[in-house]
Amino acid sequence: MDSETDLDGTARLDSEETALDRQRQAMRWRSLLRDKKALIGLIVLSVLALAAVAAPLVAPYDPNAMDFDMIVAPSWAHPLGIDDLGRDLLSRLIYGTRISLFVGFSTVALSLGAGVALGVAGGYFGGWVDTIVMRYIDLQWAFPNFIIAVYLVAVFGTGLSNVIIAISLAFVDDFARIARGMVLTIREEQYIDAARTLGLSDWRIMWRHILPNATAPIIVQATVSISYAILAEAGLSFLGLGVESSTPTWGLILADARSFISRAWWLGVYPGLFIMITVLSINFLGDALRDMLDVRETDDPGKK
Amino acid sequence: MGKFLFRRLLGAMVVIWAVATLVFFMLRAVPGDPFLAMMRESDPAAAAQLRQDFGLDLPVYIQYFKYLGQIIQGNLGTSIYGSRIAVARIVSEAFPRTMSLALLSFALAIIIAIPAGLISALKKHSKLDHTVTLIAFIGLSMPDFWLAILLIIVFAANLQWLPAIGYVPLAQGFWPWFSHLIMPSIAVGAPFAAIISRMIRSSMLEVLKTDYMRVAASKGLPRARLILSHAFPNALIPVVTVMGIAFALLMAGTVVVENVFAIKGLGRVLIIGILNRDYPVVQGAILVVSVIFVISNLLVDVLYSVIDPRIRYD
Repeated sequence: MDSETDLDGTARLDSEETALDRQRQAMRWRSLLRDKKALIGLIVLSVLALAAVAAPLVAPYDPNAMDFDMIVAPSWAHPLGIDDLGRDLLSRLIYGTRISLFVGFSTVALSLGAGVALGVAGGYFGGWVDTIVMRYIDLQWAFPNFIIAVYLVAVFGTGLSNVIIAISLAFVDDFARIARGMVLTIREEQYIDAARTLGLSDWRIMWRHILPNATAPIIVQATVSISYAILAEAGLSFLGLGVESSTPTWGLILADARSFISRAWWLGVYPGLFIMITVLSINFLGDALRDMLDVRETDDPGKK
Repeated sequence: MGKFLFRRLLGAMVVIWAVATLVFFMLRAVPGDPFLAMMRESDPAAAAQLRQDFGLDLPVYIQYFKYLGQIIQGNLGTSIYGSRIAVARIVSEAFPRTMSLALLSFALAIIIAIPAGLISALKKHSKLDHTVTLIAFIGLSMPDFWLAILLIIVFAANLQWLPAIGYVPLAQGFWPWFSHLIMPSIAVGAPFAAIISRMIRSSMLEVLKTDYMRVAASKGLPRARLILSHAFPNALIPVVTVMGIAFALLMAGTVVVENVFAIKGLGRVLIIGILNRDYPVVQGAILVVSVIFVISNLLVDVLYSVIDPRIRYD
């Protein structure tokens, strides 16, 4: 009888605590919205995402139609001007949002998946698995992500899917390193011992008990990585190592503009402005998330 | 220290070997034959002759050991294109250009970042601090090639103060060298300055909170001395640790920015090599760039132990 009430008591306490946790969580999210930078970042990103999804509806003209006089300064009809082939710059940049955001999010999804899997496996199993993971991380850590992406494009060749693979691989070590570090800390916690004593499988322990407790720094890293992935894609495209040259992407539009910037400043200014505003919004959001989730600055000041 | 240096050097060599090996095998694993592409597949006999000239008809493992042997002798092969220039020559001509650019960007970034970070930390949460923070955010978010283009639009195309493209060696005078390099250096150094200033700010704030700072202050030391001789050197320690990564970032910047300003440094050589599928050049450029990274990481480790006497490696 007594023991039953005790059990009930703990159960109630538990549920009160989870309720409290949930409340805290909600407060944190609200504080994120109160953070001016985060709010600006969220709004700008939402607008860009909408523009990307609804590009055919939002863009005033066909991005590839050479319908107009060549190189015309911004006007009411063409707010950002017309490029050297008689195409509307605003429409091209709106379509460019698609590639940038798609590459940014998909590469980070891929590298997060692979990196976290590697890091968790290395940290959890230790031994030779960890040795291999560490060697791999160390090797890649010696080089900036952008250079690795360039190396990989040199090997794989250009094109959208190759660029995505190259950038994803280049970012894997960042996630592996963080995940591994988190697992090494969490592995020592008593609840992991308890789970093991209960006979839970390794997979279940990693998936249900370790990962959920390692999410905060991974979320922050993911946000930072998205901004670097977008910069990397733009850089590759700019160098002619990116997607097919017929696709309007911010980096390519800027590269094409290079020969005309002395006559047509708008061709050189606006594409970069789109890239900067996007990356800045993500960085604002990342900074706010870092404060909110209370993640200490890692020793990585941000590799590109 | 000697033992530590030896271990690190050995490790550095392993990394370089790993990169050389990876690059060698990965480039050979991809489909597409550069020689056939060059001959436009019209003359298989000529392509076969070229393959023989470049030893590509040998089994891969023999090619690999020949390649490693050549690297050790400083021979990086010859370019597939044109007059078959030695890759070692192309790379050694490119090297000083890239180093000029990297070092000048480094210097500019430090000159800007240190005062910016210090002011931000000392005037925490002031308007000035917020402005510096915002500028740092913008610096981090701006693609370096775009900043390069903006600088060209303003200072070369419109004001015509500076040459838009090209490179002049330092031997031909300071100003010609400097005037060609200043815009590329700003473009490369901006994100670097942003990172370093943020690092200095946060590590300065950490140091200012410590007990020894309070002791020094209560001794009645003048504030300038307190900051310059007590706080600042200690605040630099964590900054130096990230210097290696930050320098790598800076080198990545030179790869892109060289291409904007048509400076034939390692980055431009690498990209042209990739676009031409000139494998020996790509291999050589990747190898040299990698060696630069490995050496800079090594230097940072050593510098770290010099700055912070508490760190002993053996």
